[in-house]
Amino acid sequence: MKNWLNPRSTVGIALIAVALIALPFVVGAAGQAWVRILNFAILYVFLALGLNIVVGFAGLLDLGYIAFYAVGAYTWALLASPHFGLHFPVWAILPIGAVLACFFGVLLGSPTLKLRGDYLAIVTLGFGEIVRIFMNNLNSPVNITNGPQGITLIDPVRFGDFSFTGTSQILGLTLGGPQKYYFLLVALAILVIVINVRLQHSRIGRAWQAIREDEIAAKAVGINTRNVKLLAFAMGASFGGIAGGIFAAMQGFVSPESFSLIESIMVLAMVVLGGMGHIPGVILGAVLLTFLPEALRYAVTPVQMALFGKILIDPESLRMLIFGLALVLVMRFKPAGLWPSPERSRELGDKVAEGAK
Amino acid sequence: MSDILLEAKAVAKHFGGVKALRDVSLTIRRGEVYGLIGPNGAGKTTFFNCMTGLYIPDGGGFVFDGLALQADAPHQAAERGIARTFQNIRLFGNMTAIENVMVGRHVRTKAGVFGAMLMNRRTRDEEAAIRQRALELLHYVDIADRADDLAKNLSYGDQRRLEIARALATEPKLLCLDEPAAGMNATETEELRVLIEGIRNDGTTVLLIEHDVKLVMGLCDRVAVLDYGSLVIEDVPAVVQKDQRVIEAYLGA
Ligand SMILES: Nc1ncnc2c1ncn2[C@@H]1O[C@H](COP(=O)(O)OP(=O)(O)OP(=O)(O)O)[C@@H](O)[C@H]1O
Ligand SMILES: [Mg+2]
Repeated sequence: MKNWLNPRSTVGIALIAVALIALPFVVGAAGQAWVRILNFAILYVFLALGLNIVVGFAGLLDLGYIAFYAVGAYTWALLASPHFGLHFPVWAILPIGAVLACFFGVLLGSPTLKLRGDYLAIVTLGFGEIVRIFMNNLNSPVNITNGPQGITLIDPVRFGDFSFTGTSQILGLTLGGPQKYYFLLVALAILVIVINVRLQHSRIGRAWQAIREDEIAAKAVGINTRNVKLLAFAMGASFGGIAGGIFAAMQGFVSPESFSLIESIMVLAMVVLGGMGHIPGVILGAVLLTFLPEALRYAVTPVQMALFGKILIDPESLRMLIFGLALVLVMRFKPAGLWPSPERSRELGDKVAEGAK
Repeated sequence: MSDILLEAKAVAKHFGGVKALRDVSLTIRRGEVYGLIGPNGAGKTTFFNCMTGLYIPDGGGFVFDGLALQADAPHQAAERGIARTFQNIRLFGNMTAIENVMVGRHVRTKAGVFGAMLMNRRTRDEEAAIRQRALELLHYVDIADRADDLAKNLSYGDQRRLEIARALATEPKLLCLDEPAAGMNATETEELRVLIEGIRNDGTTVLLIEHDVKLVMGLCDRVAVLDYGSLVIEDVPAVVQKDQRVIEAYLGA
């Protein structure tokens, strides 16, 4: 913490702050759509950091992470929309969403944490699907989730009279809805990053890493591995729940199709491709994997027109093809991720299997 | 306070047809260095694993410090005051030496996630105390200069010492060492002997598995011999050394 005070890092922090403040206006010049994408990038940073606790810190492979995002999103949708006629305030819904997601995390974790690696991955995958299917079918006999149609007209984030949708004038600047959300998201993201860093360097964070390194040795020094793993699940899930709530408010609409398996896989890809267990890497992974597909969406058609004078390949397929190829290439040439922690990159070199003796 | 620290009562363990332990009963007294020897495959490590909860015994059990030890509860064994090292060193390789020892403090400290998130006074104080104690222990085993090196980059002898420091960090009443001198040269073995003696003098009871007979006989107050899973004899070194059955077990007669 002390080195935060030295002049060089103060300058660095000031530069980052200026960049973060200017960003939505610069991006906004290219259209509000890009600001929305920017907001999603931050939301994914959130999610990726939450999953990083489970996968990166504790070393548990979770393929159903998006279920917690869904729980958070539906909590907000149900407690703040005309669907049930409820309009809870932010400060009540976000914690409720986080606690509910946390509860589901423990629910998933407690029977499954004896499983490891591939087995745990399959169970979590199933869990993610179950949650989505519930959202899809809980519309009869009692209509709770409104099924596949989803829930609309969800309240935006509102603090007193100040709403995060619509344009408003602040300090002489005209801010659009997405730009306002941007600042909210950045503030939350900074909070999440600080929490993550603190967790990683805490007693619990060390216990997570110890379990990842050698579970038997971790038990032998007295770590209750089951509880500590559950804690990782619960923490990760709460982050997912909060992100889900913001998502619902920002979109004004949720439906089960936002929470498909591919979303879980995308978030996992962000963690792995960025650099598992390394917070700056995970942030980078989330930002890149949000922007790359969008940038390709805009680039694919003009590039084809320029090269061939006509559209040869369906832009949507080509976009995903290039995206997939990019993932493969990164993992081929940077197996520890784009920005791994220094230890992690060495570790991948010499993982030797050894039996328990 | 009784002077018996650990009592093994008819502990049995088999793997399929292999009877790794056959009703082994022995007692370890407070403050002694207790040696456990025997030929390869005699069941010494299995005994450790049963005691520390990594294996569930098929019969019998342990009484530690006056209370029964729960089978299948490794973290509780550590909590009760049993710490161990492993025959084939098990460190947290990608953590630094000091972090390895800090993990050893886990069981004697409290900070949870909320403490970590808030970084309140108590959490910061505890964290500072953990680091302080870890550093002291690294000094104690004489590898403080390697504090910030990754555990896997330490030399073999230093890794053994680090594992002992990590075990000591849990404040054990009983420290169990599984062949700590394996692969050490004569000088390192002698340094190890001094270290173990120091640990005993500082009040920790030591259970030592070792093949180096000279080390065992020089260091231990009492020695037990295992052969094919059975306890052959439990006595002071002078008696054990002269016992006909022990000589036969070692010569494979
Ligand atoms: N997990 C296991 N599964 C099957 N058999 C095992 C297992 N662990 C130990 N054994 C067997 O139990 C017997 C005792 O093994 P153990 O490792 O306790 O011996 P040891 O006295 O520690 O020998 P060494 O001096 O070689 O370390 C051996 O025959 C071994 O093959
Ligand atoms: Mg052994």
